[in-house]
Parts: sequence; C-alpha cells; structure tokens
Amino acid sequence: MKKNGIGAKIYLAVLLFMMYLPIIIVVLYSFNASTARVPTVFTGFSLQWYEALFDDQRGYGEALKISLQVGLLSVLFSTLLGSLGALGQARKRIKAGIGNQLLRGGQSFLESLVVLPIMIPEIILGVAFMLLFSLLKLPSGIFTLVIAHTTFCVPYVYLLVKSRLATLGDELELAARDLGAFPARAMFTITLPLIRPAVLSGALLSLAMSLDDFMISFFVSGANSTTLPLKIYSSARYGVSSQINALCTVMLLFVFLLVIISQLVLKRKRG
Amino acid sequence: MKTDHSAHRRGLLALPMYLWALAFVGVALLYIIGLSFLGKGEALEVTGEITLSNYSRLWDPKYGKVLWLSLRLAGLTTLISLLLGYPFAYFMAKASEKWRVWLMILVIAPFWTNALIRIYGWKILLYANGPINQFLLNLGLIRKPLKLLYTEGAVLLGMVYAMLPFVILPAYTGIERMDWARVEAARDLGASPARAFFTVTLPMTAPSLLAACVLTFLPSVGLIFLSDILGGANTVLWGNLVHDELLKSRDLPFAAALSTVLLLLTGLVIYLYRRAGGSNEEMVF
Repeated sequence: MKKNGIGAKIYLAVLLFMMYLPIIIVVLYSFNASTARVPTVFTGFSLQWYEALFDDQRGYGEALKISLQVGLLSVLFSTLLGSLGALGQARKRIKAGIGNQLLRGGQSFLESLVVLPIMIPEIILGVAFMLLFSLLKLPSGIFTLVIAHTTFCVPYVYLLVKSRLATLGDELELAARDLGAFPARAMFTITLPLIRPAVLSGALLSLAMSLDDFMISFFVSGANSTTLPLKIYSSARYGVSSQINALCTVMLLFVFLLVIISQLVLKRKRG
Repeated sequence: MKTDHSAHRRGLLALPMYLWALAFVGVALLYIIGLSFLGKGEALEVTGEITLSNYSRLWDPKYGKVLWLSLRLAGLTTLISLLLGYPFAYFMAKASEKWRVWLMILVIAPFWTNALIRIYGWKILLYANGPINQFLLNLGLIRKPLKLLYTEGAVLLGMVYAMLPFVILPAYTGIERMDWARVEAARDLGASPARAFFTVTLPMTAPSLLAACVLTFLPSVGLIFLSDILGGANTVLWGNLVHDELLKSRDLPFAAALSTVLLLLTGLVIYLYRRAGGSNEEMVF
C-alpha cells in the first residue's frame, strides 16, 4: 500500500482547518473587546464576556443544570433498555415453522422501530413527541425531555452492544454453562464484563447526543426546562453575541478536558 | 431442552426496549399520520371529521417550491460531502498508524461540541464585515464586502460542514476494513491506479458509502436551525414549514400532513437503502 503523498497531506490539513475554523473563531471572539451590537470585528483583548457569564444574568447556569439532569437520566434509561435489548435478542435462535416465522417477522419489525430514530429526520421525531405528549396531556418539562432523549439514544446503545455480542460469539457463555453455571451466573460473570466497553461507549455516545440535541428538545421542552442548546439557539438566531462566544468557549474547554481525561484513563487501563 | 427454555426467558430482556419503541416511535408516528387526516378545530383542538383537505392544500406551488429547495439542498449536501469526505477518509486510512489515531480524534472532537456552536462560528465568519470579507478586502481581491450570510450558499456551506463527519467516519470504516491485497492484485495485473480505484476500491467500499448517503441526506432534509441561523428569512425549508405551522399557525393537522410527507420520503429512502443491500449495522461506526 502506497503512503500518502504531499498532495494528500495538504488535502487533509486544509479540510481539518476548515473543520476547526468556526470553532477557532468562536474562541477568539469570546475575548473581543468590542461592545458593538453586532460584534463581528475584533477590536482588542478583553475578559468582560467571561465576567458577564459568571454574573449569569441570563440563566445559563440553570440551563446547564437542566441539560445535565436530562442527559444523565436519558443515559441511564437508554443504556439499560438498549443493553438489555441487545442481550435478549442476540442469541435467540428461532426455529423454522409458520408460528416461528411470524415471531421472527415481528422481531425484525420491532428492531426496525428501535433503530428508526437514527434514520428519520429529527424534526419528525420532535413533532411526533410534541403531538403525542399533548394528546396524553403530559406537561412539557424534564420528564418529556427524558422520554424523548431516551428514545433517540437507545438505538446507539443497542447497535453498539449488539455488534459487540456478535463478534464475541456464544462459546464462552456456553462453556460456563457446561461447567455448571446457571444461566444468570454465566451471563453476569462472563458476558457482562465482556460487553462492558460497548455499553460504556454507548453510554458516552448517548450523553453526547443528549447534551447536543437541539431539534427534538425544541419541541418537547417547557418554559421552565430550557436546555443549554436551546438557550444558545435563541441568542444565535437573531445575531451574534460575545457572551455566547464565552459560553461556547467554556463548553469547549469542558468537553476537551473530558476527552483528554477519558483518553488518559483508557491508557492507564491498557498499560 | 434446558437451553431452549432459558433462551426464551432471555428473550424477555428485550421486551422493555421493544415496548418503549412501540409506544414512543410506533404509536407516535402513527398518531402523526392519523392526525394528518383530521380537520383543524378551534385553538389547538382538532375536529373529528376525516378529511383529505390537508393534503389537497399541498398542491399549492408554494409548497412544491419549498420541497424542491429542500430536496435540492439535501441532495447537493450529500454529493458535496461525499466528494469532499471520501478522499479525506481514503487518505486517512492510508496514513501511518500513529497519524490515523490523531486524525480520528481530530475528526471526532468537533462532534463533542454543540452543532449550534459550530454553525454559529460560521455566522460570525460570514458577516458583511466579518473575518472572511475582511480577509478578501485586505488581499484586494474584492472592492466591497460580498453578501455571504443569509444566502442559499451559506445554508449549503453549513449543511456540508455539519454532515461531513457522517461521510468521513463510515467511509473510513469501510476503507479500513477493505482488503488492500485485492487492489494490489488489480495493479499487478496491469490496471491503472484510476481503473483499480473505480473497479476494485470503490465497489468494495460501496456499502459504507451507501450508509453515508442515507446518514447525510435524511438529516439534511429535516434541518431547521441551520436555515434559520445562516439563511435567515430567505431560505425556507420543509422543516421550517412544519415548525411554523405547528408553533405559529397552530394548525396541528396540517403540520402533521407536512411531517407525513417527510416521513414518506424517509420511508422511500430507507426502502431503497435496504433494496440496495444496506443494513442497520452500517449506520453506527
């Protein structure tokens, strides 16, 4: 296999630069001294927007709290539902026969429903939830947000755990059974530790999805349950605000620290 | 027999997930479809009568135009993302081991930041007196600032930007998994690099490219915040129509009909994807 030439390297660098350009701009402009209504020109260095952020006149702290609450609860539910779903489904061998064929058809239909949220445009899910919740007279709030987020996080956990189980095969668990372990014990001591990485990455992906979600939250959040992305959207829609830049920079810093820490933890485990 | 029995009991573990999906995906979507056949009542209420009027309203050319714009932008986004992302994934797969890990982290890291933040960064860049125009003015390439923001081009740029990772990651997985020996065999047998690429590499990575198309096209049709932030009032997409009917006009059945159209489109795309041999597993990478 031939290695990359100089052209390929330049291509990679240019595209990566484009990917990071808006992020760099947001960080840079969070230190902008300009107090113009539309601060698109960088006039000098200042920390005023961070001061304003920590004064928190606009309730960013509250929004962060709600985002975290919804995120953690949705991760809990989706990880449980998705992992159990993958475990329950993975090794069931359905035999031939008309009844069993129906069962198999039903199962593949249900599986399609489970993974559908990954594929359909988010706005459809948002509208569907909003209409369903209003039909059920569920008041919009943290509760409805958690239901919605759990629904779109389950497929990620489910597919990740399922593909991990598929690569494992069932020999180890069957061996444990042959050696006299009860089914439950074989599952807890053999299978669960083996799928832990997949469950963990499913949970992390779910957390990222939940914290990032704007579209679906937009339709199911109430007046007192504004998440952070919703807060950012309401400011970004009509213009540019330096305080939002500062907020975004803090969030970026937080995320990168999280990534670095998780990398370090993984490395230590391996080493 | 013991094994059979426990396998059945084990199947019950999947029951909560299935019930959840049935209630919050199945019933919710059916409810949208059902609602789209009802009339609009006072306030948020709907009338009990069954009607097709929500669908006959759609024949207005106004809606045709919006649908065409949405489909065109989503199609262009998919095409451009593929053309930009595939070479990126290809070069990434050919990079050295150490670089591959770094490139992967660099591609995924922006994912961990909010999509709104990144789109918002583009908004600053594209302003009339923003950095891009300043840069071009200083170089003397332009005399007066270009109108970049609140154009269709800005929306397209934002869409490609948002969707690029959804092409790069599956394409990379596909290329990485590919058997390079076959490409080399084709070269040894006298195929030119281009021919080897089009007859061997491309077909072998087709499944992941197919998944990338679906992952790019479907979300692009339904994006609303992007057209709001970068397109302003000039670019109204299908998703914006749904949003306005639901939250401004408060016409629930019509909003449901607009959503059903989008749902049908999604069904068609997924059907074609399955027909072409695509699987669920390709969707997560």
